[in-house]
Amino acid sequence: MQSDQYSIIAENLCKRFGRTEAVRNLSFNVNKGEIVGFLGPNGAGKSTTLRMLTGILAATSGHLKVCGKAVPYHEREIRKQIGYMPENNPLPEDMRVIEYLKFRAQIKGIPFRKRKERIEHAMEMCELHRKARRKIIGTLSKGFRQRVGIADSILASPAVTILDEPTIGLDPHQVIAIRRLLDNLRGETTVIFSSHILSEVEISCDRILIMNQGRLVASGTADDLRREFLPGSRYQIEASGSPDAIRNTFKSLGDEWSIDLSPVPQDGYYSVSLMNRGNDSDGKEILKRLMDSGNIGIRAFHPIQANLEDIFLKATRRSWEIPAEGIPSTADEKGSDQL
Amino acid sequence: MIQIFRLFRHELKCLLYTPSTYIAMVLSLLLMGFFFFVTLLTISSEEQDQLPPTLFFSLFWIPVLLIVPMLTMRSFAEERRLGTIETMLTAPIQPSQLVLAKFLAAYSFYLMVWALTIIYPILTSLVLKQPEFSQKLFHMGALTGGFLFIAVSGSLFVAIGIFTSSLTRSQLVAGMLSFSILFMIIVGVAAIHMQQFDSGAGSLIPGTALDYFQVFEHFDDFSRGMVDTRPFAYYLTGTIAVLGFSVLIIESKS
Repeated sequence: MQSDQYSIIAENLCKRFGRTEAVRNLSFNVNKGEIVGFLGPNGAGKSTTLRMLTGILAATSGHLKVCGKAVPYHEREIRKQIGYMPENNPLPEDMRVIEYLKFRAQIKGIPFRKRKERIEHAMEMCELHRKARRKIIGTLSKGFRQRVGIADSILASPAVTILDEPTIGLDPHQVIAIRRLLDNLRGETTVIFSSHILSEVEISCDRILIMNQGRLVASGTADDLRREFLPGSRYQIEASGSPDAIRNTFKSLGDEWSIDLSPVPQDGYYSVSLMNRGNDSDGKEILKRLMDSGNIGIRAFHPIQANLEDIFLKATRRSWEIPAEGIPSTADEKGSDQL
Repeated sequence: MIQIFRLFRHELKCLLYTPSTYIAMVLSLLLMGFFFFVTLLTISSEEQDQLPPTLFFSLFWIPVLLIVPMLTMRSFAEERRLGTIETMLTAPIQPSQLVLAKFLAAYSFYLMVWALTIIYPILTSLVLKQPEFSQKLFHMGALTGGFLFIAVSGSLFVAIGIFTSSLTRSQLVAGMLSFSILFMIIVGVAAIHMQQFDSGAGSLIPGTALDYFQVFEHFDDFSRGMVDTRPFAYYLTGTIAVLGFSVLIIESKS
């Protein structure tokens, strides 16, 4: 195991609150410089996990290393290396943005000569350097408050930035701004963030971890998850001709293909959903075969990719259907492989 | 140490931004002004054994019960309610540093409010222009003893306020709790002492032990110019113990 390449190593992490098991046998790694998205329904244990990573919440059992140091034994050193924005982004209402960031820079131990430069850099990255600079935090909009929270978390150039729901309650413009911000952070720091906005996670993250009922139910890149949870190929085709001719042509592709033909044509074209649950196939080849058949006309041919929402629903549904012990979690397998 | 200073400066700033601080200050100064007025009336109506500063400071407990809860109830309760305690504790600082900084900020403010009461004798002597009476008003022994008592006992009272604030996320509950504990410590112990039928060795709480915890006894000693180490030990150890409990609570609840 090369622990140097990992910013975070979690092994069999458990957290109990009385009789409730908030996190169960959670194992995962996060590589240095990676942007990792944490997904999961409410109460899945995302915030608890993130809080354990910061050291503010002690794990009941398991091993947790952040930046190569065991969290329970090196809390203070780890806090110097992480930037954390908690859920709901609590901020002091009465302070001005610049005053707050100055104070945070002081207590984070940023040396005096670097302080101004770091504050300006963080404000610039979060686009706080113009209007919001001297505003009282209590008067800021939700989006700007989120930015202040993120600016605080990246202030000390931490090795690991942990953001708990940074996009919650933001309008699309603000979500795009946060996405741009995450892109800016790429390469500078390891980012681990939780979100409910699935498209956001898919666009911004190198890797996705899906949690449900305190367990990691899926882990990997969006393509990995797609292959695992919704394997096969899907195409949407608009074809002209008689319904029988269309059906027969598509059937000639092979029995592995399932065909769904729309009952009513639009502008003389039927919409056909073509799906192969088996192995991946080459779209170019299929299109060529359909065109060569000569019985039907093709107006449109779209390969359909399963979106993260489908993957998320599938992964969480599977974890509900299968009892805790029996989950064939690829995440666990992959995690233990990496370890 | 530098972290404590930074946190202390921040806490002081927060106190200055908070309306409840000014309300506590204005109400306390109004109350103390009224007590000073009553002191002057008492002295002018009949000859008194005690000096004006001693008479004035003897009513210390009423403003204490008002100022301390109002100054301290916000400290941790508000941070807990807003959730800012979490961001604070994920920065590289110790809970003990945070508790100490909050205590020092509230204590400084407490001392400042009491220090402002020096304005009353100054104004009185400026208006009356009676050198003999001014001498009594500014009697160094009585003034020093009174202020020293306020400073020493205040450390425990403020620490209790910080402790109660660390217990809950509701400012109101924190305020009521600190008021009740302070009332028991200041007035309750004196009441038990007065109501005790047998103060001898056979009593439930020995009389000498009760004397040791009697805040009014301590005040009498200080105002007579008798600076004993026992009250110092009581207030200092009490302050450290209460602040220690606060640290434990912050660590366990975070």
